Amino acid sequence: MSYLPYAVAAWLFIVGLYGVVSSRNLIHLTLCLSVMQSSTYVLLLAIGYRNKATAPIFRGIHVGHPAVDPVVQALTLTDIVVSVTVVALILALALDVHKQSGTVDPDQIADLSG
Amino acid sequence: MTRATRLAIFAVAGAGFAALLFWSLVDLPDFGHYHWPYGKLLNAVVVNERHTTNVVGATVFDYRGIDTLGEEFILFTAVLGVALLLRKEREDADAAGDDVRDDALRMLGLFTVAAVFVLGLWVAAFGYVTPGGGFQGGVVLAGAFLLVYLVGGFRSYRALAPDSVVDFAESAGAGAFAVLGFVGLAYESAYLRNFLGIGDTGTLYAGGSIPLLNWATAIEVCGAMLLLFSEFLEAYVTPVSRWRSR
Amino acid sequence: MIPLQVVSLLLVAASGLSVVLIRDPRRQVVANGLYGLVLVVLFMVFQAPDVALSMLAVGAIAYPLVVLVAISRVRGETYDKDEERR
Repeated sequence: MSYLPYAVAAWLFIVGLYGVVSSRNLIHLTLCLSVMQSSTYVLLLAIGYRNKATAPIFRGIHVGHPAVDPVVQALTLTDIVVSVTVVALILALALDVHKQSGTVDPDQIADLSG
Repeated sequence: MTRATRLAIFAVAGAGFAALLFWSLVDLPDFGHYHWPYGKLLNAVVVNERHTTNVVGATVFDYRGIDTLGEEFILFTAVLGVALLLRKEREDADAAGDDVRDDALRMLGLFTVAAVFVLGLWVAAFGYVTPGGGFQGGVVLAGAFLLVYLVGGFRSYRALAPDSVVDFAESAGAGAFAVLGFVGLAYESAYLRNFLGIGDTGTLYAGGSIPLLNWATAIEVCGAMLLLFSEFLEAYVTPVSRWRSR
Repeated sequence: MIPLQVVSLLLVAASGLSVVLIRDPRRQVVANGLYGLVLVVLFMVFQAPDVALSMLAVGAIAYPLVVLVAISRVRGETYDKDEERR
């Protein structure tokens, strides 16, 4: 049972990868890519967790009380805000592809030319 | 290659990769048994060294400030890419059909827009005292402007967040973060080193240069999100025929 | 590991699967919103309130807007193969 968080992170990664490989729509593909991204958040937070510990905010709690790892939380929270702009960039690319070739199906887009 | 071939290759390769991934995660320490020193060290010293009660906020803006600088520039570059792809020659947005005429909606906006704006400012301001910070507060502030679009139409939104102001805010925020690092270099001989006096624990006046970096980040994230929203909303209100011929 | 964490992890696994299996983008947006909410609960149960705030703000404000605008710009031009088969 103590292996469950890591298993869920690996599961999310594999499931997202399957979605990317078998997608018929570039927008569906982008959201599957974001599922893959969130698997790393689950893994990072699972590594930083400490049993019977509290959040690393020491307001009203004295400093010696055990707390979970703050470094992985710092990495994850900046990453969440940045990943939404990257998703927006990928969607803008999908809109451009749609304008050029009239379809958002990855299988139907003609090969690169020129 | 055809779709069937691709799926067949994925079935084989994906199974092998999944096996390796699950096998590699088995040897990690049990969930909850944390014995690395970095987190314990930070939790023990931050409140005394920087007088901020939110250790994560101090980590983001002081102890791991160089990571945040990198993330801010990823944000900046991604928004630059979106603007390059979606921004066309600037004709005046004659989004004639997009005005909101429902009075109940405008009344709702009257109450909620200001509340969400103040909430965003509060989340950004107290970022190093309680959970929050520049990143979260910046997104909530951008959400207040989006609420203006929802209850007032595209022209009201455009009047509140014109392109020149939003571009300047985003660039100023990113540049301020980098420049504050150089001030740390000048005062304390290390880039992004904390350089003002630390204040009283648990109040807003604490942390040295952490509040400055916090507000620079809030302005930058708010500007970046607003720029993103402007590009996408402009794509939304453009009629389909003009969208296709641009 | 407390039971709340076990339940949240299982819900995250199920919602992630649902985001991938729903092929129509218009419905996938709803599934993505639910996935974001379940992730917020998971982050809170892992004692990470800053991360939960971040995911909450982003999942409620930014994600629905960009995906819905992208969907609206490509709708009417192509059809989804799954819809055609039905």
